[in-house]
Amino acid sequence: MIASLGLVVGIVLGLVLHPVVPIWLQPYLPIAVVAALDAVFGAVRATLDGVFDDKVFVISFVSNVLVAALIVFLGDQLGVGSQLSTGVIVVLAVRIFSNAAAIRRQLFGA
Amino acid sequence: MDTGAWHRLAVALRPRRTRSQAAIAILFVLLGLGLALQVRSNAQFDGLSTARETDLVGILDDLTARNERLAAEERDLQATRDQLSTGTDRSTTALEEARKRADTLGILAGTVPATGPGVTITVTDPQGKVDAAAMLDAIEELRDAGAEALQVGSVRIVASTWFTDARPGTVVVDSVTLTQPYTILAIGDSRTLAAALRIPGGVVENLRGLGGDASVAESATVTVTALRPASTPAYARPVSTP
Repeated sequence: MIASLGLVVGIVLGLVLHPVVPIWLQPYLPIAVVAALDAVFGAVRATLDGVFDDKVFVISFVSNVLVAALIVFLGDQLGVGSQLSTGVIVVLAVRIFSNAAAIRRQLFGA
Repeated sequence: MDTGAWHRLAVALRPRRTRSQAAIAILFVLLGLGLALQVRSNAQFDGLSTARETDLVGILDDLTARNERLAAEERDLQATRDQLSTGTDRSTTALEEARKRADTLGILAGTVPATGPGVTITVTDPQGKVDAAAMLDAIEELRDAGAEALQVGSVRIVASTWFTDARPGTVVVDSVTLTQPYTILAIGDSRTLAAALRIPGGVVENLRGLGGDASVAESATVTVTALRPASTPAYARPVSTP
């Protein structure tokens, strides 16, 4: 409940205030957002499985974001930034899909 | 199984007040913020910032080609504009030339009034001995002296003007019978005209010899108002010069 409320508040803030994204953050923001989405789907799945834990969620969320940003940063330094970004996105997307499938099975039994 | 899952979801959605819930809320606020910003910035930059290198090179090539095309078009248009403006100048000049020419020809043909310095000659002929030949002599003398527009009485003197004798004491000019005193208006250099008339054995002396008299008055402004209708030649056509 509080999570969806926070999401809505964040989106509204972003749309109303539209703060300028610092230039050093711009390459990492999209990857970080996708990584956070992955953590969120994982959390929903854990909730449905009855194994959700607040601490685990917070840590996984933060670490997902940081690791994704780190990978992109490393890739930029090594000159393979776009390829590595693509790889990270693919991995995260696969995880999101598998989590979504698990959620679907839990909720609808199909 | 189903009900268990839905129940757990409902329990999870129930608001609770714990520290970890606050942390989760903050994380979700950040997630929403990131989502909104990313979507906005993508919309702003047309996705250029996320485009691949090869795509960027292609886009750059496109832009360069487009730029060159537009530059070429600009050059063409500028050339056309220059041409048009000089063309306008040229036609304006031509029009002015034509107008000047028309004025000159109009004065020569007697279709427009003329004004300028010149002389006024008044010929009196109490004995009726001044004939057409004497008048013609006077006109020719004035023409020789450079008169540019001539009028005798109320008749404009042009190339086709003719003189003939009628009753003594009158002269017919272009079918108009003139009566005394005859007045000749001539536009030209007034001193030259007057001198030409007054030379020994000239027009004035000749007229006096015939028993008449001629007075020549120089003036700064002589206005020739008599007009002659313009006639369109029925047969003659100008030879077109290349």
